[in-house]
Amino acid sequence: MTEYDPLEALGAYDKLVAQGAEGRVFEVLYLKKPTIVKQRFKKKYRHPELDAKLTKQRFTSEARSLLKARKLGIHVPAIYFTDAQNFCIYMEKIQGQSVKAALFNGDLTPEKATTVATQIGKTVAKLHDGGLIHGDLTTSNMMLKEGSGELALIDFGLSFNSILTEDKGVDLYVLERAFLSAHSASGNLFESVLDGYRKNSKNWSSVYNRFATVRARGRKRTMVG
Amino acid sequence: MLALGIEGSANKIAVGVVRDDGTILSNPRKTYITPAGTGFLPRETALHHQDCPAFARDHFFEQILPLVHEALKEAGISPKELDCLCYTKGPGMGGPLVVGAVVTRMLSQLWHKPIVGVNHCVAHIEMGRVVTGAVDPVVLYVSGGNTQVIAFSEGRYRIFGETIDIAVGNCLDRFARELELSNDPAPGYNIEQLAKKGSKRAALLSRHFSGILSHAETAVREMLAKEECTPADLCYSFQETIFAMLVEITERAMAHCGSRDVLIVGGVGCNLRLQVGVLGAGPAVLLLCCNLRLQVGVLGAGPAVLLLCCNLCLQVGVLGAGPAVLLLCCNLRLQVGVLGAGPALLLLCCNLRLQRVARVCGLARVHPVSTCENVFHARV
Repeated sequence: MTEYDPLEALGAYDKLVAQGAEGRVFEVLYLKKPTIVKQRFKKKYRHPELDAKLTKQRFTSEARSLLKARKLGIHVPAIYFTDAQNFCIYMEKIQGQSVKAALFNGDLTPEKATTVATQIGKTVAKLHDGGLIHGDLTTSNMMLKEGSGELALIDFGLSFNSILTEDKGVDLYVLERAFLSAHSASGNLFESVLDGYRKNSKNWSSVYNRFATVRARGRKRTMVG
Repeated sequence: MLALGIEGSANKIAVGVVRDDGTILSNPRKTYITPAGTGFLPRETALHHQDCPAFARDHFFEQILPLVHEALKEAGISPKELDCLCYTKGPGMGGPLVVGAVVTRMLSQLWHKPIVGVNHCVAHIEMGRVVTGAVDPVVLYVSGGNTQVIAFSEGRYRIFGETIDIAVGNCLDRFARELELSNDPAPGYNIEQLAKKGSKRAALLSRHFSGILSHAETAVREMLAKEECTPADLCYSFQETIFAMLVEITERAMAHCGSRDVLIVGGVGCNLRLQVGVLGAGPAVLLLCCNLRLQVGVLGAGPAVLLLCCNLCLQVGVLGAGPAVLLLCCNLRLQVGVLGAGPALLLLCCNLRLQRVARVCGLARVHPVSTCENVFHARV
């Protein structure tokens, strides 16, 4: 007897949207709603024991973090269903495009881009004040909702709970690197991100101080030669 | 154009003579190998590299000037024919770097040649690109001093991820020191060999290389004392943990940049376990490695694999595993019989003896290194 595969029943395998580093993303119609299914599959390059542990850990924490972020009033996809056997999360499809795509397409005017950056800072501040660390803050993990233009965060696969300024600082540092490496042509957008963060965070000074130390910690900053 | 380059950013001192098409005419090098359980310190390493009579008398160390002579002799050229002199400008260990810089300046004055300072990291990547023909790969740069995921974006090489504490090679070296593994030829190589005998996975989960290292160091003392596991098990666990992290971060960068090609450069890139991991992550992988010991079955893992290796010890049967394999090797020690094994096999080697053996075997597609370009045309 072959095992029942819910993804196959939904016809998901024909609708692969993306294969990211975390897993496969399918787009299906689930309970008549456009749904994104994120499936974590076995990583062959990892030791099976280590892989099983990491997959389970990230699956659980992603589902929990999505819920927590929602409670904090951040736009995130709503969870419709979780399948702990196949490590699948069924969630709302956010209509719109990623911030990365928007910046690359040139869909955003410089003023609009600055507004979006400020909004990113505000959202991250809200997340951090609530004690949640995203863990993979890049512009590909941020969506601009169609119509309203509101900013939504996706991919909480590496997120965790923490109130430490260290974790918040590292989170910001990851975001800064993402901005510098992918969007350096779009001007100094990260300044606007920090600006948005400063205006909305309750712990701005301590987080910023720690962020500065984390930044200084980056290796070979000067790259002599 | 001919260039002579001196590299001395860490415990290796090397002199290379290269033509502008990427042909390596000679590349003699010496490694400062310290006793097991110890590392190399900048001062001693610099003394090893330079022409220091007091030090050399006691230890019979090779020095940089004989290496320069050797490089010129092997390449069969005179200083007059050189167009420029290059040296590693950084980053690296201060003392050893100065040795290369000073010698280059001296030679420049003697021979009246211009100097070009080279960034070590960029050199690693560019060297990889020249020889593999990769256009726009994600680069995993893993060595004793660096651990970075780099990609070319918006006109510059940009670091997409890097270790913020210690480099992976440093992590491996220090772990080897704790186990008192030999530093000859390299600590990482000996960990790799020992790990093959290990099977039990000890929990070494942490998020930073230094964290894993301190944990492993404690584990070495405690677990070995209680005989809970063997050094081989520890090496095995150590590799599994750190390489899983490296492959994952590379995979993330690939997803972020939308790139399908990976180039592994740097000393740790020689590690077969790491290469197999990267092969598992995506197709169209370019491997660039030195001292690679291949095992049967590796090539079966991915299609369109391009292997580029120096000092390759091949075992019979390996080549039969994958079709369309392109091997580019210097100083290849092949065993007779290997060449008959694979179809569509393109060997590119500078070892004359091998070329003769291949010709006898009826394999026409053996090219000397100087026809490097033709091979890449063939690939396209």
